[in-house]
Amino acid sequence: MKILVCISHVPDTTSKINFVDDSSAFDKNGVQFIINPNDEFGLTRAIWLQQKQQAEVTAITVGEVSCEPTLRKCLAIGANRAFRIDIKPTDGFQVAQQLSAHCKKENYDLIIAGRESIDYNGGMVPGMISALMGYNFVTNCMGLEIQGNTAKAKREIDGGIESICCALPLVIGAQKGLVEEKDLIIPNMRGIMQARQKSLTVLPANESQVKSSISKFEKPAPKGEVKMVDANQIDHLIELLHNEAKVI
Amino acid sequence: MGILIYTESDNGKFKKSALELASYGRTIADQLGVELIAVSFNHKDSQTLGHYGVERVIQISDPSLENFTAKPYAANLAAVAEENDVKLLILSSSANAKYLAPLLAVSLSAGYASNVVELPEYIQPLTVKRSCFTNKAFSTCILENEVNIIGLSSNSYGIRENTKEIVAVDKSVTPRETNLVVENIEKSSGEVSIADADIVVSGGRGLKGPENWHLIEDLASTLGAATACSKPVSDMGWRPHSEHVGQTGKPVASNLYVAIGVSGAIQHLAGINSSKVKLVINNDPEAPFFKAADYGVVADAFEVVPQLIEKLKIFKNS
Ligand SMILES: Cc1cc2nc3c(=O)[nH]c(=O)nc-3n(C[C@H](O)[C@H](O)[C@H](O)COP(=O)(O)OP(=O)(O)OC[C@H]3O[C@@H](n4cnc5c(N)ncnc54)[C@H](O)[C@@H]3O)c2cc1C
Repeated sequence: MKILVCISHVPDTTSKINFVDDSSAFDKNGVQFIINPNDEFGLTRAIWLQQKQQAEVTAITVGEVSCEPTLRKCLAIGANRAFRIDIKPTDGFQVAQQLSAHCKKENYDLIIAGRESIDYNGGMVPGMISALMGYNFVTNCMGLEIQGNTAKAKREIDGGIESICCALPLVIGAQKGLVEEKDLIIPNMRGIMQARQKSLTVLPANESQVKSSISKFEKPAPKGEVKMVDANQIDHLIELLHNEAKVI
Repeated sequence: MGILIYTESDNGKFKKSALELASYGRTIADQLGVELIAVSFNHKDSQTLGHYGVERVIQISDPSLENFTAKPYAANLAAVAEENDVKLLILSSSANAKYLAPLLAVSLSAGYASNVVELPEYIQPLTVKRSCFTNKAFSTCILENEVNIIGLSSNSYGIRENTKEIVAVDKSVTPRETNLVVENIEKSSGEVSIADADIVVSGGRGLKGPENWHLIEDLASTLGAATACSKPVSDMGWRPHSEHVGQTGKPVASNLYVAIGVSGAIQHLAGINSSKVKLVINNDPEAPFFKAADYGVVADAFEVVPQLIEKLKIFKNS
């Protein structure tokens, strides 16, 4: 089984979000980058399939050279090899096209991408890859078992869980539940040493289109002062929620 | 040329998001002077859609569409869009809409902006504001394509009545082969889902253990609210993962978000920021959540929540 895990290189969750260049670009100054959390759940699930079902796991990212430490981390976690498609990612469609062009040459059985990234939150890359490849697709995927050519997947829906059965090849939009938080693999010294020997290949970009662009960023307007209510005045609190906030 | 909305229903009723899409689509249709068209699957209630400004509803009913499956639904929406020369499609932010939107975008060669929070700033070229960095920021996104799709953030526009004369048209299904089968749907019984809730009541580690969750559940049922929790609470198995909200969990965009015993870590706040009003109950006056709250009560949850439930019951009955 050949598995591709698509990795997005995103600011750490504790990062302060600021913008530069006339609010047209994210300020990377002093920001730590990590594997997008949804992608990391997917990567860990892939590593389990490697350990238990002899899958070969490839990590890939579309991005510039600054993403390479994130790919090295994927190798240290256990991916067999890594690719970086050398182009600055600008929109979800372009990224999906770049990834699909690679997938067309490799015949992966399973393609895993995070349900959405925590930076641009587009939520479109896995679905667009599936559409461009003509593969099956399950997003919000919180459980996956593979036997032969058949996948059993669980999808989180609003207010429930759906069980899906389909044939490979399959694209999933990964999220927590696929593995648990405690299952995430922290690379050990051996993994880090091995990662240095593994191949990280830079691929030239293919031709792709862009369907959207960002003209500016802004931060939410500062919010008003909090109104503190004394714990002995719960009636007053209810009145505020009813008459002032009008939410109950 | 018209605007197309995909209206979702549940238990034989349009979802609130469907009416919000109609209201939002109506406003844009008026700006452009074009028709607002809706598509509904296996549900017929044109009158309700007419109330919110839809002028034509295309109703597709077929046993194969009984359970939502993304590819067949996307194929049917694409067929309607093409037949009617639609240039703008508007979808909700439900799990199902977000599932099919990227498929639809590829099949229509359309641009797609998800999590849009306002009316478009410009129509030509289509310029929309969307939330990004998990609600820590907004971006202005320009879509210069012949056909575009907007995914509207839930509860960002509201529902506005604007009655129009509506025509209902039945259309036969566009068949789409798929070997993907939905074998089972397990609904969390009777509760309001976080995505659809007006009010969400959330508990953190301050509640000390799962045995105390009746406080959260009772308060939620008194308010008709959905229940949620912080990440450590779901990681420890006190509550199901489906309740985990925040940057790595579900987003919350309710009218009222009540946080009890939640400290207000940056990753938690990121996900719940777009809720309109936040009430925080915490026994630590220094808890960071108070800085992000609209209303705050410094108190021991075990003392104040039972009182709040009692008094709310009296308020509801009065
Ligand atoms: C990569 C990453 C992603 C993350 N994503 C998320 C996410 O999506 N969602 C999320 O929630 N967290 C997330 N976190 C975790 C986050 O950093 C916090 O650790 C977490 O939100 C804290 O949960 P808590 O508020 O329940 O617990 P705590 O921080 O332990 O806070 C408990 C609070 O309860 C109060 N308290 C205690 N006793 C009482 C009482 N008797 N009455 C009233 N109040 C009381 C305390 O004063 C305290 O403020 C993430 C972390 C990382 C590193």
